Amino acid sequence: MKEGKNVETRRDFLKKLFTGAASVAAVTTFPSLSLAKTKYYYPPDYWYGMLYDSTKCIGCKSCVVACKKANNLPPELDEYRIYDEATDLTASTKTIIKVYRSEKGDVSSFVKRQCMHCVDPACVSACPVSAMNKDEKTGIVYWRGDRCIGCRYCMIACPFEVPKFEWGKAFPKIVKCDLCLSSYLPKNGITACADVCPAGAIIFGYRNELLEEAKTRIKRNPDKYLPHVYGEKEGGGTGVLYLTSKAVSFRNLGFPAIPDESPAAYSESIHHGIYRTLAPPFLTVGALYFLLKRNNKE
Amino acid sequence: MQAECVYEKIDRKLMTKPFLFFLLVLLASTVVIAIRFAKGLGFVSNMSDGYPWGIWITYDVVVGTAFGCGGYALAILIYILNKREFTPLIRSALLTSALGYSLAGFSVVVDLGRYWNMYGLLLPTRWNLSSVLLEVALCIMAYTLVLWVEFLPTFAERFGIDVKKLEKVTMVAVILGLILPTMHQSSLGSLHLISTVKLSPLWHSSFLPLLFLVSVVLMGYGMTAVESLLSSYSFKRPYETHLLKKLSPYMIYLGFGWLILRFLDLIFFEKMKYLFSDSFLSVMFFLEVFLFLVPSVLFWSDRQNLTPRRIFIYSFLYVLGGTLYRFNVYLVAWSPGDNWVYFPSFMETLITLGIVSLEVLIYLVIVKKFPVLPATQGVK
Amino acid sequence: MSRWLKSGPVGEELSRRDFLKICTIVTATLGLPYTMVGKIEAAVKSKQRPPVIWLHFQECTGCTETLLRVSKPDVGKLILELISLDYHETLMAAAGHQAEEVLTQMVSKNEGKYICVVEGSVPLKEGGIYCKIGGKKAVDILKEVGGRSKAIVAVGNCASFGGVQSVDPNPTGATGVYKIIKDKPVINIPGCPPNAYNILSTLMYVLTFSKIPKLDKYNRPKFAYGRLIHSHCPRRAHFDSGRFAEKFGDEGHRQGWCLYKLGCKGPVTYANCPTTNFNEEDVWPISIGHPCVGCTEPKVGFHIPVMERVQPLEITPPAGYPPIKTKEGKVSAGGIALASGAVGAALGAAAMAASKLPDKEDEES
Repeated sequence: MKEGKNVETRRDFLKKLFTGAASVAAVTTFPSLSLAKTKYYYPPDYWYGMLYDSTKCIGCKSCVVACKKANNLPPELDEYRIYDEATDLTASTKTIIKVYRSEKGDVSSFVKRQCMHCVDPACVSACPVSAMNKDEKTGIVYWRGDRCIGCRYCMIACPFEVPKFEWGKAFPKIVKCDLCLSSYLPKNGITACADVCPAGAIIFGYRNELLEEAKTRIKRNPDKYLPHVYGEKEGGGTGVLYLTSKAVSFRNLGFPAIPDESPAAYSESIHHGIYRTLAPPFLTVGALYFLLKRNNKE
Repeated sequence: MQAECVYEKIDRKLMTKPFLFFLLVLLASTVVIAIRFAKGLGFVSNMSDGYPWGIWITYDVVVGTAFGCGGYALAILIYILNKREFTPLIRSALLTSALGYSLAGFSVVVDLGRYWNMYGLLLPTRWNLSSVLLEVALCIMAYTLVLWVEFLPTFAERFGIDVKKLEKVTMVAVILGLILPTMHQSSLGSLHLISTVKLSPLWHSSFLPLLFLVSVVLMGYGMTAVESLLSSYSFKRPYETHLLKKLSPYMIYLGFGWLILRFLDLIFFEKMKYLFSDSFLSVMFFLEVFLFLVPSVLFWSDRQNLTPRRIFIYSFLYVLGGTLYRFNVYLVAWSPGDNWVYFPSFMETLITLGIVSLEVLIYLVIVKKFPVLPATQGVK
Repeated sequence: MSRWLKSGPVGEELSRRDFLKICTIVTATLGLPYTMVGKIEAAVKSKQRPPVIWLHFQECTGCTETLLRVSKPDVGKLILELISLDYHETLMAAAGHQAEEVLTQMVSKNEGKYICVVEGSVPLKEGGIYCKIGGKKAVDILKEVGGRSKAIVAVGNCASFGGVQSVDPNPTGATGVYKIIKDKPVINIPGCPPNAYNILSTLMYVLTFSKIPKLDKYNRPKFAYGRLIHSHCPRRAHFDSGRFAEKFGDEGHRQGWCLYKLGCKGPVTYANCPTTNFNEEDVWPISIGHPCVGCTEPKVGFHIPVMERVQPLEITPPAGYPPIKTKEGKVSAGGIALASGAVGAALGAAAMAASKLPDKEDEES
């Protein structure tokens, strides 16, 4: 053994270790403190969205049935195989109506869930092979089966639990609402759910206009609405916006409390802080090469 | 670069009782893997839309590659800090690493829902450069290759090829072998940066990549020690206590360093208030902290009289701590909502056990057929 | 009043009021707007009465009976007046060789102009020997009379799809007309019996528009067979809310709950029974508490046991709503056992190894 040569004092070693750790720490944490990605905070005017007004919804489920028909989705069968008994979004249910009832039972509200079509979607940021995409022209977040490898990182990343996986199939797909981009929208210029809604609870349009509409509704009926449009800023903003009545909070309706910075932006700012410039790896290669050369000579 | 040390193969019977046991487990899990490909993931596993990543990703990939970081951790010592005395340990560590990474890759194939599109990871046109997972995938693939290249001299020696010819290749491999794990082991932590809502604030932090990196080096040393002691015991070879003792200070630094980082994060980002907010998660948090703290303290207090048993126990505790930390981030403290539950199914666990068995089997075959462990007589 | 309304072959005259009532019902059955009533009336009045030859094969004459027994208004009478019924074994005065002679005459006289109505299935086994009329096999009569007609209307499930005679093992090889005659348009009006208004409306449609109404894949007019009974059932609300009669005569049955669990075939049967009732009293099987047997379907009625449950074709959500959060995910005992066993074994092995390792410095093993 080569003991005796190259003896390094503990002090030297500690110094090295500390500088190394500190530099990695600096690179990893600095960007998250200094940079906030605001690229899509105000999305383009031509991006689509929907506005769901829970005070108008009558719970008829026309949207659920219409969505299944338009997108050719199989039913989620109950034990007798007679009902489409989905209790949540699933690989065969792209939209669903749920109900909130307060514990006393005096307050209740419907809520329609589907993909939120985030302005800066976490699933798109997460997907390694660009199978999740945000359409630049419409702002619609859609899935490409020809690319997806089924790693399910989009499902991990999505704060709204939207992308679903066909667990029961040998050749599964990821399933999520694409605002009927591949089915109903091109022919009809509207999503199937918004088209059939008899109560006007879900309306389809340009996201920015819908945001104005939502704010107008709140202004006109300050007693009726909670003065907050969910999706205006949550997680960097979402394409589908929500209004709720004064008595029912968005938490009650099952929406997570998300900081205004999108999860995608948060993750990217830190991760790219290390890699976007590609400098740290190259610098490390150089340093290592130098070290190895020197060490080898000795 | 490894020629300065002499290695030997273990001349023993291959077909022992444990060998047959692991073979049996492997066969059973092969059947389950066939079922998985025929009937779909939901048929064999308990993964769900809420918990899309289960034990395969958490254990086989995240923990499995961490176990396989002995090669990386030793390379840091040998090549960066120029501690050549650790060279005798490198081959068996490299073997464990190569096996750990290869089988992690294999379990990813089992886990991928749409494995037939996997080639897309190699097409730059499809790369999403924002994706942490892309970096992890590419790095792990590359590093697996690098590990086998680094291991090449062992095979070359066995078949009588001049090792010197490989030196240029292994030199490049060594450099990559230092960079790639740094990148992807930290990124295995970065993967959950995006879980801003679902990962408990006690674990979610911008320090995730750093905490993963520090703990993985620690686990690497821990695994190297555990593996060295175990193989010495079971192959009736002398204990490498003199070397492992020298490894202990690094483990102590890393152990305390990790703890400091962990609490710095909690203090700096004002997350101390969550410490006792959830009884179960609080228990898991303190268990995790203790598994880093206890061996660090004991290693320190016993530094004058470290015995094989003590080194084994303390190193094992570190490995356990790193494992728990990874399980906490990936499964325990990660929750899609309290209405969701997950615990691996029988068949799911069997696949994991099968992969572990395969690892043990290949290790035994290679150790007994190729010069991997340091020679007992030939040490200069 | 036109001539043909005053002097029908059967019974009393049809009043103007009843006539208009029928025209209105037919227009509604066809799903046409109210303004079409006049057009249908005019068409029925002005056109020359088309000759009709009505063939009977393996059947019970229930289809004819049901048609003749609708009396308020007298639909059977209108049909018989609307058309020139040249051959009908039940209604015609002639019999035996005389009747067969009429048939031969009529076929050659009106070749390509008459409508051939078929009641009853056609046996094909053993060359079709199981049904003979006047010494001729049914299949030969069909091919001759049907083959020389303008169009064929198959009335009832027997003529349409083989009916009760085609029940497994189908000893006579009973077959529906549209499986035999391929070169003529065949309109199926299945049912056991079919609704009289569906027969009438089909004939009136052909008369008024001189074309065949839109048909589905089983050649049934879409206006009458375009929608599932289940989609328009008066008991549907009970189905959606999960209120089922479990036994005949139980509380649910008396409350008028859904008959699905008693074997109702409404979820797989296309027919307009819920809107166009029977027996002039606005009744139909489901309204009197009996499950639908699916008599308008080729593979349901007579093929699936009456009390057997079926898989609904169109599946929609039930009336209830899922809560915001439902318990989801799986935990299985086997998994817990194996996983904890494996972890335990690993920890145990580690403990074993630790105890075996020497606790002395620099000991050689």
